[in-house]
Amino acid sequence: MSSFTPYLSIAGARRLLRSGEITPVELLDGLNERIDALDPSLGAYVGRDLETARNEAAKADLNRPLGGIPIGVKDAITVKGQPCRSASRILEGFTAPYDSTAVARLRAAGAIPFGRMNMDEFAMGSSTENSSVHPTRNPWDTSRIPGGSSGGSAAAVAAGTAIATLGSDTGGSIRQPAALCGCVGLKPTYGRVSRYGLIAFASSLDQIGPLTSTVEDSALLLNAMAGKDPMDSTSLDLPDEDFTAEIGRDLKGLRIGVPKEYFVDGMEPGVRAAVDKAIAQFESLGAEMVPISLPHTEYAVAVYYIIATAEASANLARFDGVRYGRRSPAAKDLQSLYGKSREEGFGLEVKRRIILGTYVLSSGYYDAYYLRAQKVRTLIRRDFDQAFSKVDAIISPTSPETAFRLGEKTGDPLTMYLADIFTIAANLAGICGLSLPCGFSERDGSTLPVGLQLLGRPFGESRLLRIGHAYEQSTQWHSRRPPLA
Amino acid sequence: MSTSQSTTPHHAIDVPYLARLARLELTEEEVGMFSGQLGRILDHVEQMNRLDITGIEPTAHAITVFDVIREDEVRESVPKEVMIGNAPHAANGLFVVPKVLD
Repeated sequence: MSSFTPYLSIAGARRLLRSGEITPVELLDGLNERIDALDPSLGAYVGRDLETARNEAAKADLNRPLGGIPIGVKDAITVKGQPCRSASRILEGFTAPYDSTAVARLRAAGAIPFGRMNMDEFAMGSSTENSSVHPTRNPWDTSRIPGGSSGGSAAAVAAGTAIATLGSDTGGSIRQPAALCGCVGLKPTYGRVSRYGLIAFASSLDQIGPLTSTVEDSALLLNAMAGKDPMDSTSLDLPDEDFTAEIGRDLKGLRIGVPKEYFVDGMEPGVRAAVDKAIAQFESLGAEMVPISLPHTEYAVAVYYIIATAEASANLARFDGVRYGRRSPAAKDLQSLYGKSREEGFGLEVKRRIILGTYVLSSGYYDAYYLRAQKVRTLIRRDFDQAFSKVDAIISPTSPETAFRLGEKTGDPLTMYLADIFTIAANLAGICGLSLPCGFSERDGSTLPVGLQLLGRPFGESRLLRIGHAYEQSTQWHSRRPPLA
Repeated sequence: MSTSQSTTPHHAIDVPYLARLARLELTEEEVGMFSGQLGRILDHVEQMNRLDITGIEPTAHAITVFDVIREDEVRESVPKEVMIGNAPHAANGLFVVPKVLD
């Protein structure tokens, strides 16, 4: 009789495995049964290979830091021998020829990549409705979206159908779904985790990171994944660091900035109330709350949708129906092979962004849009540089609202884009950001999780995780479970 | 700023021309939809013009990356059969495409 229980943290599962109360195969089987029971109504997974994972579990080395722990992987991150399609039709039939560095390092730490998580196609979206496979639903209310683009990764952790998962964050794609599903999500500093094997969306913004049920678990996954990789020239060579080292220390003497631009009218009242309570909680924990200003915040969405679409239009040029992925059967010549394979293979949002990105890079418009956006990006970065000369972290809501209903925003892309207003600046500035549960908001009769965002200095993850952990452990939000059948 | 669908955007963009540049065929319906939506997104982006950016250097990467050079060592790579194995059409270890020259 297996002692599998849902909602195990990595740290908790590790204790059970090491004490022999459960074997890695039992843990995997228990998790798999729970996925069988619950995922049909959630759609967090796009694929699983139980046989391969069981073979790895049977050989798991429990002495390693993540020995025997199954990890779900966003469908944009390669796992050798497994399909990987960024939830796009254009990558139908594609099998990953190699492990991404993040996955290879998790394996080296003993973890078992198990399951591919649903997402918005090519990570373009904030609701996971842009998946070509199926939408994912929020475990707290299945008529609502889980956020995106790492919606499958967040929904599974929140539903206890995954212990921990990997996501990627280009404009909030780890933090926003973590907030909307009520779990923890960490976007590391740009350059902290190798992007090798991550299907590129916007290369100057993309970063792989963990989604977990506790702050400590995010630190454990970052410990395994961080570091210089010769296969990604933007990964940085920094001294080895134990990201759990500061965890458990108190917050006395730390200064946390409250940016006035992130507390404006129009926010969902329940979100505002939960974040205000969190600020009071931080004060009671001994942190000093400091009013600050990030004056260029209002430009972040505009800058992001120029830079991200420009980079995407170049990155997605590789999907041409020639070397991998889907080729249109209607192609007559090489031009129509490109044009029709891309027409049939890409979804609406991806096409929209390719066209926008092509426009802002096209002759005559480059200076007015792309170059100008890069200059405003400099101003946004400076805002954070100045803020971090005064404070250790910055606090805000992760999202101005809780989970919306499926279909509510699909007709108006600009409204959907504005949902990312609090998360985007961190990617433009390259800094690290953490989202963690801070309460609930009543929205149209549903009780929905609210996420708190903490932003940290470049390469300041250890301090950020310490601050998040101290808050988490002083509240009960992380132990609330969704009302699943 | 209004984000409603009915607002006529100030910006007009030539979607069929851009689709040709991007090697992306679009239906007439998509062309019509994108023209309106992208025009409105560009109207929103217009707010950047309020800022004085004189003398500001552009940021391409948030964390400054200098030229990164590694040793030119012979290493194992993914076998050719594996890479070709993902091709939608291959023969004799080569990618097959429609005839380019007559």
